[in-house]
Amino acid sequence: MLLSPIAAVGRSVLHILAMIGQVVIFAVQTVVHFVRPPFYLREFFQSLLSIGFFSLPVVGLTAFFTGGALALQIYSGGARFNAEAVVPQIVAIGMIRELGPVLVGLMIAARVTSSIAAEIATMKVTEQIDALVTLSTHPMKYLTAPRVMAATLVVPLLVGIGDIIGIYGGFLVGTSRLGFNTAAYLQNTADFIQATDIISSLTKGAVFGFIAALMGCYYGMNSGRGAQGVGRATKLSVVAAAVMILAANYVLTEVFFSA
Amino acid sequence: MIELFDVHKAFGPNKVLQGVNLTIPKGESMVIIGGSGTGKSVCLKSVLGLVTPDKGLITVDGQDAQRAERDAFLARFGMLFQGGALFDSLSIWENVAFRLLRGSLKRPKSEAREIAIEKLRRVGLKPEVADLFPSELSGGMQKRVGLARAIAAEPEIIFFDEPTTGLDPIMSGVINELIREIVVEMGATAMTITHDMSSVRAIADQVAMLHDGVIQWTGPVGDMDASGDPYLDQFIHGRADGPIESVR
Ligand SMILES: Nc1ncnc2c1ncn2[C@@H]1O[C@H](COP(=O)(O)OP(=O)(O)OP(=O)(O)O)[C@@H](O)[C@H]1O
Ligand SMILES: [Mg+2]
Repeated sequence: MLLSPIAAVGRSVLHILAMIGQVVIFAVQTVVHFVRPPFYLREFFQSLLSIGFFSLPVVGLTAFFTGGALALQIYSGGARFNAEAVVPQIVAIGMIRELGPVLVGLMIAARVTSSIAAEIATMKVTEQIDALVTLSTHPMKYLTAPRVMAATLVVPLLVGIGDIIGIYGGFLVGTSRLGFNTAAYLQNTADFIQATDIISSLTKGAVFGFIAALMGCYYGMNSGRGAQGVGRATKLSVVAAAVMILAANYVLTEVFFSA
Repeated sequence: MIELFDVHKAFGPNKVLQGVNLTIPKGESMVIIGGSGTGKSVCLKSVLGLVTPDKGLITVDGQDAQRAERDAFLARFGMLFQGGALFDSLSIWENVAFRLLRGSLKRPKSEAREIAIEKLRRVGLKPEVADLFPSELSGGMQKRVGLARAIAAEPEIIFFDEPTTGLDPIMSGVINELIREIVVEMGATAMTITHDMSSVRAIADQVAMLHDGVIQWTGPVGDMDASGDPYLDQFIHGRADGPIESVR
């Protein structure tokens, strides 16, 4: 009786550890399928299109408004220390190092993870995954590997585009609303950005893309039965992807910038 | 030849298969009958390894199905799923030709398409459906596309899970004949699940009845009517009263 709360804690810890183990095994299997033929190119290119190209509008809009708001905030916050002039630099570094990758990552979790999870879970529930097996096609190779590979390659690109659009949003607000000189704003931005900033941004993008697609596939493949199973898989996949992306962001920031 | 020895499978507390023993001779057509929810589909899936039995042994031509090299093993099989299980992101002909478009049986696209259209014709579908998507077809048409996909690569062993459910009587007749043809002409081994007694008589060489997790009766289709087995008698005559409870 007295021990039951402790037992409950123990159970959930074990449960979480078991899940982490399963996800790691799933990730390793996926990576093995990257390098072992056959490769399903058509599925890969379709994923590139749906994950990359069709995410452009949402990524662009998110980054644009965030960049603009960031410029306003830094300007008004900076005014307290007479440091309004740092807007271009802080917008650039904030977008590239943190906001660009994180926002794109979260948008991908919302848009891509959910749709991958729902699609694969539906395939599982309607026996399409079983049908794949009977047609001598490995579901991990046919469904998971192309999606995860595509996301890993294309999300850095989206992050790069998001970074640029975010900086542009800040630039527009800075020059039109806050009275910055156009040429000086651009010069300050360009001078301040370093190679590590860009490398860290793109690396984060690759890692977040990997996580987002992987979690969609993982929860889809492990979906329960029926419409409820699909709904549950979708919800859990987005939550897991978002949390893991934020955690990975912290770890990567430590790796790149703590020295 | 497919043999099942003492196969057990439970899902949590639900003991579905409780010692199934069954032999399907090579080149024969075995029909499995039994009440809804008795585990007929689970039985087929366990031969293919889609469901792992808790206990027991399944062999195909004497080889343990679980130990077999997966690709070579599965290449010998075709399966029609109860729900069709068509890939809804692919067009009808790409579904039918799935196996012919990738892997070891890969061939040029135009050839694969021709084969797909020919198989569609055999299940009574016009070439015009080839470029539609599964969601644009009726349930019975989807079932027939699933059937065409199962036979597309001309496998040696074919499993049909309720091939005629949801079809009109004429189409059922066409499909029954097709299954018979596949067994007789191609020498395939077939295992069919059906609830339709006229299909049973049209398709079967052998019949097995699954009840309470075991094979209640098995024998040649000709012996079915004079089996003297009260379970089988109740089932084939569709009587509500008898040893099989009507609430399961
Ligand atoms: N993946 C699964 N998880 C849990 N239970 C399952 C699973 N697959 C089948 N079952 C259960 O096993 C039992 C047998 O299912 P099965 O689909 O084999 O029935 P069936 O004999 O094919 O019935 P029907 O004629 O209605 O198709 C059912 O009670 C079903 O709920
Ligand atoms: Mg069934």
